[in-house]
Amino acid sequence: MTTDHLPSGDPGGTPGHAHDHGSDLPADLVESTHAVSVTVNGRLRRATVPARRLLSDFLRHDLGLTGTHVGCEHGVCGCCTVLLDGAAVRACLLLAVGVDGRAVTTIEGLAAEDGTLHPVQQAFHDEHGLQCGFCTPGFVMSACDFLADNATPTRAEIREGMSGNLCRCTGYQNITAAVETAAARLAETGQDPRARCAGNDPDSGSGAVARARMGATPNEAGTTGRGPAGQGPSSTGALDDGPGDPGSAVGEGDA
Amino acid sequence: MHDKAEPTPADDRATPRSGGTGSRHDATAPGVRTVGAGDSLPHDSAHKHVTGAAIYTDDERALDGELHLAPVLADIARGTIQAIDTTTARAVEGVVGVWTAADVPGRNDTAPVFDADPLMADERVSFFGQVVAVVAAEDLDTARRAARLVEVDATAEDPSLDLATAFERGDHLRPPHRQERGDPDAALSSAAHRLSGELVMGGQEHFYLEGQVARAVPGEDGDLWLSSSTQNPTEMQHLVARILDRDMKSITVEVRRMGGGFGGKETQSAQAACLAALVADATGRPARMRLRRHDDMVTTGKRHDFLGRWEVGFDDDGRITALVTDLVGNAGHSVDLSEGVVDRAMFHVDNCYFLPAARVSGHTVATNTVSNTAFRGFGGPQGMLVGESVIEAIARHRGLDPLEVRRRNFYAPVDRGDGRDTTHYGQQVTDNIIAGLVEEVATSADYDARRDEIAASNAQSTVLRRGIALTPVKFGIAFTVRHLNQAGALVHVYKDGSIHLNHGGTEMGQGLFVKVAQVVASELGVDVARVRVSSARTDKVPNTSPTAASAGTDLNGMAAQFAAREIRGAITTWLADRDDVDPDDVVFADDQVTVGERTLPFATVAHEAYMARVPLSSTGHYATPDIHYDRETGSGHPFFYYAYGAAVSEVVVDTLTGEMKVVAADLLHDVGRSINPAIDLGQVEGGFVQGVGWLTTEQLHWADDGRPTVTGPSTYKIPAIGDPPEHFEVRLVPDSVNLADVVYRSKAVGEPPLMLAISVWCAIKDAIASLADGAVDPPLAAPATPEAILAACDAVRADGVN
Repeated sequence: MTTDHLPSGDPGGTPGHAHDHGSDLPADLVESTHAVSVTVNGRLRRATVPARRLLSDFLRHDLGLTGTHVGCEHGVCGCCTVLLDGAAVRACLLLAVGVDGRAVTTIEGLAAEDGTLHPVQQAFHDEHGLQCGFCTPGFVMSACDFLADNATPTRAEIREGMSGNLCRCTGYQNITAAVETAAARLAETGQDPRARCAGNDPDSGSGAVARARMGATPNEAGTTGRGPAGQGPSSTGALDDGPGDPGSAVGEGDA
Repeated sequence: MHDKAEPTPADDRATPRSGGTGSRHDATAPGVRTVGAGDSLPHDSAHKHVTGAAIYTDDERALDGELHLAPVLADIARGTIQAIDTTTARAVEGVVGVWTAADVPGRNDTAPVFDADPLMADERVSFFGQVVAVVAAEDLDTARRAARLVEVDATAEDPSLDLATAFERGDHLRPPHRQERGDPDAALSSAAHRLSGELVMGGQEHFYLEGQVARAVPGEDGDLWLSSSTQNPTEMQHLVARILDRDMKSITVEVRRMGGGFGGKETQSAQAACLAALVADATGRPARMRLRRHDDMVTTGKRHDFLGRWEVGFDDDGRITALVTDLVGNAGHSVDLSEGVVDRAMFHVDNCYFLPAARVSGHTVATNTVSNTAFRGFGGPQGMLVGESVIEAIARHRGLDPLEVRRRNFYAPVDRGDGRDTTHYGQQVTDNIIAGLVEEVATSADYDARRDEIAASNAQSTVLRRGIALTPVKFGIAFTVRHLNQAGALVHVYKDGSIHLNHGGTEMGQGLFVKVAQVVASELGVDVARVRVSSARTDKVPNTSPTAASAGTDLNGMAAQFAAREIRGAITTWLADRDDVDPDDVVFADDQVTVGERTLPFATVAHEAYMARVPLSSTGHYATPDIHYDRETGSGHPFFYYAYGAAVSEVVVDTLTGEMKVVAADLLHDVGRSINPAIDLGQVEGGFVQGVGWLTTEQLHWADDGRPTVTGPSTYKIPAIGDPPEHFEVRLVPDSVNLADVVYRSKAVGEPPLMLAISVWCAIKDAIASLADGAVDPPLAAPATPEAILAACDAVRADGVN
C-alpha cells in the first residue's frame, strides 16, 4: 500500500486500528485497515487495506491489474467480473477484506505465460466478439465460469447464461458466437475453462525466459501504467518471487 | 516533469505475439498478415482487449502526487445559488482544495458553439445535477466523501420540464429553422385525404461502458498534457485553453481509446477534462477526474427527446402530396449541439420518400434538464421516425400494406426524369438504390409470405399478436457544419521499414484505427503489421474535427491515403531515377517494391531511401468537396452522399400485458466497397441493437422537481444478450460501390444502421393494429415500453369498437 490509497497518508497502516483523523471529522471518514492475503492469478498477494476497499479497486489500484474494468459500480453491467474460487463474481460488489484467504482470477490470469491465449480469449478475438473492449474482460470471465458449468451450451443457453454482462457496442451476435466457438475448442482439449491456459511452450512457467515473453500479459508484470517505472504502487514487485518491497504493503509469495 | 507527462502510447509498448495466437485471419506466418483494405482484420486492439492489456484513461497508473476529483452537484433543477460553504469539506484530511465558478481564471464556459454551458454553475442553476464545485483530494474516496460536505445554499424555482409546454410558450434557444418546397398549404387543401398526428419520442442515455474520465498533467511553461476519453480532442484542447485563459499551444490532448462514445463524448467530455485541467493548473499536480456512473448519467447530455407534429395530404393510392411538420427538439438547458441535431432531424424527416410540397420546421427548445447532445444519428433517427409514422398512418387509412405505401413514395431514380428525385431541401438524390435494396431484403426475408402467415396466425390468437415491418433508411453523410468536413494525418516510414500512423480520428471501438491502417498498408503495399496506429494527439495532427457524423473513416482515411501516397511518390521518383525505369514500373505490393526487373523487400527500400535522403514522412489533409447549405433559404447540398439500408423485423406482442419480443430481423445495409467487412458488420449489428434499445426498453424519467430517477443500469435498460432476435441475419450489400469519391469507394457506417431499428417499432405497431384488423393506426409512443404498448393496445381496441 502506498500513501496514494490511504486517506491518512500512513503508508503501512495498522491492522485493526482506526487512524486518528482528529476529533472534528465526521465519523464516516474514519476507517480501519486490515491485513489480507489473497491468491491472485496463482500468486499470493498480501496487503493492508482500508475496510471499505472494494475488490475492484484493490485489483486495479493496489495490484495494478487494470484489465478488470469498472463500468456501473453497482453490480449490474458485469465489466468487473472476476472469478472467486472459480465462480464469477462482481468485483465492484465485494470488499477486499471479504476475499481474504481466497483465490481470485482476473483477465490477466487466463493466458499462458508464453502468451498463448486461453481458448475463451482466443474465441472472442477470432469471432470479433468485441468493439470498444471495455466490457470484454468481464464477458470473458463470465464465459469461463459459464462454460465450466455447461460445456456444450445451446445458443439459447448462452443467451441465458451470459445475460449478466452488458455490451453497448456489438449487438451481442459475435459474443454469442465467441462463446459457442470457445465451447467447441474447450471440448477438444478438455481444459478446465476456469484455469490458466497451459500454453504451448514447454518452458512456460519456469523463470525468466518465459516471463521475458510476457508481452501478452504485461499487466501481470505491473508495467502497464503510463507513468515512468516505479511511479506506481508495487510496480516492481510482481516479478519477484519473494515478498515485495518492504516499503510497500503489497507483498507477494508462492500460492 | 514534462517527460513524465508524455507517456508512451500503449501501442508502442506492445510486442508482437508469437506462437499460438494465430487466428483465422492470419494468412501465413505468425505476426505476418498479407492483407490490406477489403479484408476482415480483427480490431487492432483485439488481442489487448481479450487479455486486459488495453489501457483506458483510468487505467493509466497515477503519477506521484496525483489528485482525484469529485464533483458537487446541484440538488435543484432551477434556482439561484446564494452561497457555497466549503469549510467542512476543506477541513477533511486529504482534501487539497475546492474550486467553484469564481476560481475559473478564463471563461467559465465549455459551450462548443453558442455560449452558456458553464463549467460550474455561476449563480444560476438550470438543471438538476449541474456541477457547482469540484473537490480535489489525495484519493478518490476522500474526494467523493468530502464533496458531500460542500453546502450549497440555493433558492429553488419551479423547473420547466415539459417539452410541449415549453414549445408552446416559445422557449426557443435558437430561431426556428425552416425548409419549404412548393405551396404546402395549397397542396394540403387540395389533397384527396388529409391526416394529422403527433409523436412523442424519448431520449436515450449513451451508456458508454467507460464513463467520462480525464487526466491533466502539468508541464513546463504552464503547459498541460491531458489524457481524455473524448471523441473531440481538439475541442477539449480549445476549451481547456479557454477556461484557463491560455493559448491552444499550451495544451496537448491525447486519446488512445474510449470505452464507447456514441456521441456522448463529443462535447460532454469537456467537463471532466476542464475540471482536471483547472485543478492541475491551480495546484501544479496531476489531477484525474472520473465520474461515477450515477454522476455521469445525471450530469451529461443525452439523445434529444423530440416532439413531432405533422399534417399530411395524400392521394387515393397513398402517395404523399404535401407534408407540414414541426420537429421540436428538447435541447435541455443550453444549446450545446442542439441546433445541428434539430437540423439533422429536418434533413431526415423525408427518409426515402419524395415530398412534392413540404414545410419542415425545426425548433430548438429549452427545458430545465441536462443539455442534450450528439448521439449516433444526431437527430436523424427522430426525424426519420416521424416520417415513418406518417407513412404508417397513411397505410392504415387506405387499408394498404405500409410497405406498399413506402414503395409508392420512394424517391425516383434520377434517370426516370420525373423530378421525384430531389429532397425538400433541394439536394438531388443521385445515388438512389432504395427500391432495389428493399426488394432484395423483402425477398431474402420472405416478407410477403410471412405477412400472410402472420395475418392468419393473428386471426387465431386473441392475446399474442405478431407483427412485421420492412423499413428503409437513407442517411446523409457529412457534417452539416461545413468546416468540420476536413481531416489531417501524419505518416512516417522509419528506416527499418516500420510505419507510424497518426490521424485526427479517435478510436471508440468502431474500428477506425484498423481501417485507416488498412488504407495506409494498401497504399504502400505492405503488411498491416508494419503499421502502428498511434493515439490521437493534438500536437501531431492539429485542428481536428470530432470523430462523429459517421465520417471518421471517410475523412481520416482520405487524409492518411494522401499522406501515404506522398511518401510512395517520393520513393517512386527516387527509385525510377536511380534505376532508370519508368515510374509506372515501380510497384508496391506484397510487402515488396518491384523496380523494373528487380524486387526488393519494403524494409530494404525504406533503408536505402533513407540513405539516399528521400523524405519518408508526410502529412495529408482532406476536405470534403461539394457540400453547401443555406439556412436562410433552407436549401442546398449538405451531404456528400447517402448511405442506405433496409430491414425486416418481426415481433410478438402480448396485448394483455404489453410485453414484447423481437423474434426476427433481417438487415441489408450498404457500406459501399467495405474496407473491413467484419468491422462494418459489427457496426450494423451494434447500431441496430442500440436503436432497438432506444425504441423499446430505454426510458429516461424525471421526477416532478426535475430530479432524474434513472441513474444507472439497474433502472435504465439497455439491450442485454437475450434481447436481440434469435433469427438475426445481417448482410452488407454485395458489390456496392460508393459513387462519391470516398476512400476506396467505401461508405460511412457508424450511424445509419441505428435507424434500421425503426422496423421493430413499426412491427410493434403492426401487431397492435391487428387488434382492429389494421384499420386503426396505433398511437404508439417511443420508446415502446410495455406500458406504451399496452396503452396503444387499449386505444386501438377502443377505437376499433367505435
